[in-house]
Amino acid sequence: MTEGLFAFGVFFAAIFTNNILLTNYLGMCSFLAVSKELKTSFGLGMAVVFVMTCTSVINWLLYHYILVPYDIVYLRFIAFIIVIAAFVQLVELVIERLSDALYAALGIFLPLITVNCAILGASLFMVIREYTFLSGLAYGAGSGIGWAIAIIAMAGIRTKLNMRSKVPFGLTGAGITLVIAGIMALAFMGFAGMITIT
Amino acid sequence: MLSSFLIAVIAMCGLATFLAVLMVIADLTVGNYGEVKITINEETEMTVEGGKPLLSTLMGEKLFIPSACGGRGSCGFCKVKVVSDIGDYVATELPWITEEEKKENIRLSCQIKVKKDLAIQIPEELFNVKEYRTRVERLRDLTYDIKEVTLKLIDPPEIKIRAGQYIQFQTPEYELSSESVYRAYSCSSVPSRKDTVELEIRLVPNGICTTYIFQYMKEGDEVTINGPYGEFYLRDTDAEIVFIAGGSGMAPIKSILLDMAEKGIDRKATYFFGARTTRDLFLVDEMRELEKRLPRFSFVPALSAPTEEDKWTGESGLITEVLDKHLKEGNKVEAYLCGSPGMIDASVGVLTKKGLPEQLIFYDKFA
Repeated sequence: MTEGLFAFGVFFAAIFTNNILLTNYLGMCSFLAVSKELKTSFGLGMAVVFVMTCTSVINWLLYHYILVPYDIVYLRFIAFIIVIAAFVQLVELVIERLSDALYAALGIFLPLITVNCAILGASLFMVIREYTFLSGLAYGAGSGIGWAIAIIAMAGIRTKLNMRSKVPFGLTGAGITLVIAGIMALAFMGFAGMITIT
Repeated sequence: MLSSFLIAVIAMCGLATFLAVLMVIADLTVGNYGEVKITINEETEMTVEGGKPLLSTLMGEKLFIPSACGGRGSCGFCKVKVVSDIGDYVATELPWITEEEKKENIRLSCQIKVKKDLAIQIPEELFNVKEYRTRVERLRDLTYDIKEVTLKLIDPPEIKIRAGQYIQFQTPEYELSSESVYRAYSCSSVPSRKDTVELEIRLVPNGICTTYIFQYMKEGDEVTINGPYGEFYLRDTDAEIVFIAGGSGMAPIKSILLDMAEKGIDRKATYFFGARTTRDLFLVDEMRELEKRLPRFSFVPALSAPTEEDKWTGESGLITEVLDKHLKEGNKVEAYLCGSPGMIDASVGVLTKKGLPEQLIFYDKFA
């Protein structure tokens, strides 16, 4: 398989069969907290796509051009997390400048991306699986899009749920959301035969 | 071995420095909103540097919106009406804003940032709030954790306070805080002494402002305050009064009582003061003195956990139990409360249970 084709495969696998949220269950806290409304979920989803794509690229370069040559791979956790934190700050500044509405809607949740484990997870999986630059980029973007699709789908379901379902009292809120996430994960597993990545 | 350590340290420092420089550049470009204009009450205009919260921006222009928490979004006092469009409410504002206030676009000024030209409306009297330079005249220990601070005004030399109002104390930059912060304290002095402001301050463990006052501030130091603020003052009626306070909540009540004594306001009044042990009681002699000056006033201190050594013969029990015992059902009194949120909520509960309507309950919550 050529490299381009492999990267293409990784991209789709990251969105569907190996969805970082629904198969690895990473990034759950903001997934549960911000999936109440479609508009906010879409905003946070897009922020995650942007941050994940950019941080995967930067972290790939950092890993292969600094950490590996100087033999300080063991510092990858702290190095990756600093890059992510700085990037989220940047995104926050930009969003605040560009759109009052988006800033108001995301508000206090935006700094949550810093501690969103899905973003660190994507960077770590990428180097563990020894992706090339192109595949790493595809994986980062794919994982971000996969996370965004999952949270947007969940927001859609929760909006409908609020309108017409009688959820048993003991299951309201996080309870029913986790049950739905489980069923969504089963549905995504249906794609598993199509592509697999390691 | 040493070189691998060095490489690791240099690499991490390099990375951190690079990102820090990036952040500084972003702050100066993307985060730089230039100069913006704020129009107040359609007449006053001021040009300010954009990008900071409205509350601190106005404070920089010597216009003081009341705030007890110093801009952390935890007191809900600093509301202003924003006339121009400033976008949706942010999540941190919503707990303090009612549905009616939403229709008027009343915003929490510490949570909204000044990013473009703004038009706001504030009560006229806030223009009377001023900043005062003062000198610490006296520091006196009232209990092991409450200090009386007497401030002598330098410039302007006189302040006009209503008994019960509060001021904001500016803590300068010092070892424990890299920026100056504001905290609100009620005045305990009698308003007729226009050149002096007296505060009663309880040490908050690790509190930025109280640690400064207790451990760093000395007699003769210069400090800055601003004010006065607050709606906590004696209403002009003939109704019987119930005062309820605990700890440093003594301050505004003492001011009101002194003011009553001076003006000869003769109303039936009972002052319930809650403390744990005699160690937490203070100014009892002053209160007994006031009982002589105000014939229908009585001071009822209550200890919640008196020890053997206290040899306490007065009221004991939680302040709510003492209230429950003394208050008559359906008695139309005015209640003035000052103390911790827990004490106030519990006391308001007892008062409403006794049939006192909420309009007759006035309080100052220390958040």
